[in-house]
Amino acid sequence: MESHEQQFLILNEPMIVGAMISIVVGALSLFIGITYFKKWGYLWREWITTVDHKKIGVMYILVALVMLFRGGVDALLMRGQTAMPENGLLDAQHYNEIFTTHGVIMILFMAMPFIIGLMNVVTPLQIGARDVAFPRLNSVSFWLFAVGTGLFNISFIIGGSPDAGWSAYFPLASLEFSPTVGNNYYAISLQIAGLGTLATGINFLVTILKMRAPGMTLMKMPMFTWSILITNVIIVFAFPVLTVALALMTMDRQFGTKFFAMQDGGMDMLWANLFWVWGHPEVYIVILPAFGIYSEIISTFARKNLYGYKSMVISMVAISLLSFVVWAHHFYTMGHGVMVNSVFSITTMLIAVPTGVKIFNWLLTLHKGKISFTTPMLYSLAFIPIFTIGGVTGVMLAMASADYQYHNTMFLVAHFHYVLIPGTVFAVIAGFHFWFPKVFGFRLNEKLGKLAFWFITISFNVAFFPLFILGLNGMTRRMYTYSESTGYGPLNMLSFLGAVGLGIGFIILVYNLYWSIRYSPRDETGDPWDARSLEWATHGPVPFYNFARIPQVNDLDAFWYAKKHNKPLWSGPIEKIHMPNNSGMPFLMSGAFFGAGFCLVFSWWIPTIIFTILIFVFMALRSFEQDHGYYVSVEEVERIERELGGEK
Amino acid sequence: MKIDESLPLEYSTEENRLKILGFWIFLGAEIALFSTLFAVYFTLHNGHGDGPSAEELFKITPVMIETVLLLTSSFTIGLGIHAMRLGLKKAMMTFFVITLVLGLGFLGTEIYEFVEYIHEGATIQTSAFTSSLMTLLGTHGAHVTFGFFWGVAILIQVAKRGLTPETANKSFIFSLYWHFLDVVWIFIFSFVYLKGMM
Repeated sequence: MESHEQQFLILNEPMIVGAMISIVVGALSLFIGITYFKKWGYLWREWITTVDHKKIGVMYILVALVMLFRGGVDALLMRGQTAMPENGLLDAQHYNEIFTTHGVIMILFMAMPFIIGLMNVVTPLQIGARDVAFPRLNSVSFWLFAVGTGLFNISFIIGGSPDAGWSAYFPLASLEFSPTVGNNYYAISLQIAGLGTLATGINFLVTILKMRAPGMTLMKMPMFTWSILITNVIIVFAFPVLTVALALMTMDRQFGTKFFAMQDGGMDMLWANLFWVWGHPEVYIVILPAFGIYSEIISTFARKNLYGYKSMVISMVAISLLSFVVWAHHFYTMGHGVMVNSVFSITTMLIAVPTGVKIFNWLLTLHKGKISFTTPMLYSLAFIPIFTIGGVTGVMLAMASADYQYHNTMFLVAHFHYVLIPGTVFAVIAGFHFWFPKVFGFRLNEKLGKLAFWFITISFNVAFFPLFILGLNGMTRRMYTYSESTGYGPLNMLSFLGAVGLGIGFIILVYNLYWSIRYSPRDETGDPWDARSLEWATHGPVPFYNFARIPQVNDLDAFWYAKKHNKPLWSGPIEKIHMPNNSGMPFLMSGAFFGAGFCLVFSWWIPTIIFTILIFVFMALRSFEQDHGYYVSVEEVERIERELGGEK
Repeated sequence: MKIDESLPLEYSTEENRLKILGFWIFLGAEIALFSTLFAVYFTLHNGHGDGPSAEELFKITPVMIETVLLLTSSFTIGLGIHAMRLGLKKAMMTFFVITLVLGLGFLGTEIYEFVEYIHEGATIQTSAFTSSLMTLLGTHGAHVTFGFFWGVAILIQVAKRGLTPETANKSFIFSLYWHFLDVVWIFIFSFVYLKGMM
């Protein structure tokens, strides 16, 4: 058990030591830089304490981009290790840690926050609101997510990363078989981030249900807002299951309870069930908003209203209901019998029906449209065929009896990357390009954007299509190496080259960000794409109060009809605007969460209790605080509107 | 702040209405949380290993005391909200105090019950049955404990600031929470204790 010996700082792995040094150097230079340029006050006032949904959204997306980089490096290391037979880049333990952190980070700390970031930026604007229902809670959500991310990421230098896979199945994830603190990090950091996500779910449900502009009935909401509404319903009912599962994991590992134990009446399969009762809806939490983003982009750049609006809504509701009754398809082969497998097989295949309806709706929206091939549109167009490959292979995997042949192989890995990358990643990148000018007032460069698109799309297929074949040839997933005689070598090498191409694509994307910040021409209109929904009706960058006057909505795509028929969206005089105050409390309270979480990972009980009490002190302070926000005067609003180039 | 005089105080502002809906949705999440804990319990309740089974462990007396205390407290907080709607600050505070005292009584009995269990050799580590039982009861008990301190904080604010739209809103939301804990207890009483003793 030498290799499992507990270390506080991980010093026996040169790559990790290198990462540690670069983190320290990076943090120091950031600290010195901010101090030198005297930006601490600015950071505190404008970002850390902000309750503005747009800024919170931007921070979510920033963290997501950093995590895309971290998860991407993990991916490159894995593909590098398997590129050649019997390669020595990583040892088995390190490989286990890396596929675990890759999965957790990409799903929970990259896809989710990217989606939630776009949701934050766009949803209140699309429904003509000035902020979310509970702006302070929104800040709490973000900071809980941020400290959860931080806690998870320090695991690889302090104490060791989790190594039982992103699904952390018992008994492997139990103290007996995973004795390092890695899986404590897993349980506690996801718990903290999950609390933030649950708060987001409640916040946005209330926002969308109660704060829509006058005249915007549910069936006149933009499709993205619809997708967010349904997503948040899923969040509210799925995340508590994760909360319980993670709490039970923590108790089994740290308090000696017997939930998932192999003796004393415990049941290891209970974990798999709980995990996937949350885990499968989670898949739809990241895919439904993506469908919403594509719907907006496709109808904007086809210059047509979305085909089959009602069927789009109905199919999303159907998907959300079905998402809760398919979880057992993640473990067909774990022996729950023919009857159960058949039922879950059928419910799983049923999901293809509403998804198919959506695919046809997008195609029919494109039909006879005047299509402009912008960067966001290119991602949306590429999504349709690639995602369909992912969907069809999903139906193959849904057939329980056939699944026995290729379950747990690279075929599965290829399948879920074929749904998650064109589904979620392409969508958030497309949404990023699409809504960027709304937040910052200028577009990202189209030439570089398209170059990155071609790199990413082609490399994606080069990286993942070979995995289908490798899987059917019998290569299992999570295998850190293989012998030459298996013949897996050439296709794995091809896949590695694709992964490198994907990396280059993402570097071009980030370079585009840099280039555009410096050189991109500024947009004065606030509506650079000639788009359809309300977020484009106000200025870009959006003033902090969003709309000087709340718009009056009569149609679906209200802004489009206002433009085409010269109908005014506003009437009446500007009134004073009520806005929430900034607060440093969410940040400080999340700091206490970080302290409590970190100490709990190492079972340092006394400091854990002290930090936990501190959390409750912050809650009590909040309860006694009297904060009624403030008013922006009519003169102030008029002045800002004039500065932004005329009243909107 | 626009105050709509035609509505009860706790619903009278836009912010208050948002908070009440938000809290209902939060209770929806709480239902999902407790449902999961119940599901875990029903999956594991026969797995008592070498430890005591439900039949051997459960005693009706403390459970009945807990039930009566908590159900009564749910009634008194209802009276408290009724008094609040009539604008009777003093009556409302009295009923809230009674509610919290009953809550304390519930907690005291539950702690006594837990100590008894431990004496009989049933700790949270004994078997999957005791783990899931004590986690379910403990989560409910922790909610009641949190509710107690929350209620005290609200009482202090009502005493200091009177019945304003803000304090009325907090009190009303707190009452929703308290009723919810009562509902959860009814399920624990029926499907954990009564079923376990059969």
